[in-house]
Amino acid sequence: MVEFTLPKNSVVKKGKLFKAAEAASNVRNFEVYRWDPDSGENPRIDTYEIDMDQCGPMVLDAILKIKNEIDSSLTFRRSCREGVCGSCAMNINGKNTLACTKAISDYTGTVKIFPLPHMSVVKDLVADMSHFFDQYASIKPWLTNETDAPADSERLQSKDERAKLDGLYECVLCACCSTSCPSYWWNSDKYLGPAILLQAYRWLADSRDSNDEERLNELNESFKLYRCHTIMNCTDTCPKGLNPAKAIAEIKKMLVERDIL
Amino acid sequence: MSANRPLSPHLQVYRLPLTGIVSITHRMTGVMLSMGLVLFVYVMIAIASGEGMFLAMQSFMSFWLFKLVYWGFIYAMFFHLCHGTRHLIWDLGKTFDRDTLDKYALYELIASASLTLLTFLLA
Repeated sequence: MVEFTLPKNSVVKKGKLFKAAEAASNVRNFEVYRWDPDSGENPRIDTYEIDMDQCGPMVLDAILKIKNEIDSSLTFRRSCREGVCGSCAMNINGKNTLACTKAISDYTGTVKIFPLPHMSVVKDLVADMSHFFDQYASIKPWLTNETDAPADSERLQSKDERAKLDGLYECVLCACCSTSCPSYWWNSDKYLGPAILLQAYRWLADSRDSNDEERLNELNESFKLYRCHTIMNCTDTCPKGLNPAKAIAEIKKMLVERDIL
Repeated sequence: MSANRPLSPHLQVYRLPLTGIVSITHRMTGVMLSMGLVLFVYVMIAIASGEGMFLAMQSFMSFWLFKLVYWGFIYAMFFHLCHGTRHLIWDLGKTFDRDTLDKYALYELIASASLTLLTFLLA
């Protein structure tokens, strides 16, 4: 449901300021969303002054520096630090991206860091992703084919068939796109959102999968698929340069071709 | 415990790209057009109801505030038309390229403004 304002317990308050050392000459401010489940208080914004001469180039480097040297209570997800795990997805200066592949120098002035938008916050920058992954499981993200695979080889694809998966298989399910989508904000209980729909199309586009009929039947419903209104925030924000909006359009086209043409 | 969890900021922090702004404008102009139709029906009734009613409507619609509403309605209609056309092209699965999105959004804004201006000059 559309709700423009935050609930009472989610309104963000002003937090603490962590000053840099006197000697630091190249200081930048990082404003970070904080929420401690044990405190019973509202979320707050803490400000950290960081000496950029002593910090790595990426936003994730700054966040790690805060945790290691300034405030060990800061909580966030990270793993691969090279954009393949999708763990460090967050909202940085108004746009969702991966903190590990985003250079601090891409921004001027204060860097503002929030958890992925319109999500239930577990702690600080950690959002509850269970519903997102439940939705992922619902599209049966595995290969199904009634015929048995050849006994002595894999299921083969031509180069052209394989090329249809380009721009789809690279998705790391970081949820940057889904949580950038206003339609997903208001209807995530029923709408699958761009990430899951791109994944759904990944299996529809796979020549080795013969389950298109059932997959399309599952998606052909006013909320799951058709809450996409081509707002394009998903494609605009994807840190892997993919195009979820186009994948969704391809699903809609498949349905038109099957049911109408 | 999870019931106490806050909702992370969304509209409060998200910086909408041009395509997002155009999209919400499409929704808003749609609502404005629906409301404007009431005014349109009033004008139609006035025209059909003879001289007295027509003259009353004419002086009413000549008031600058209603003129503004009237031209707002016309702009909303052209904008809705332009973005509607964009939706039709999207439904063919075309023009989704990332690099071109802002460009097309700008074209829509220019086209709807030009069509409004053209109508103004011809009217």
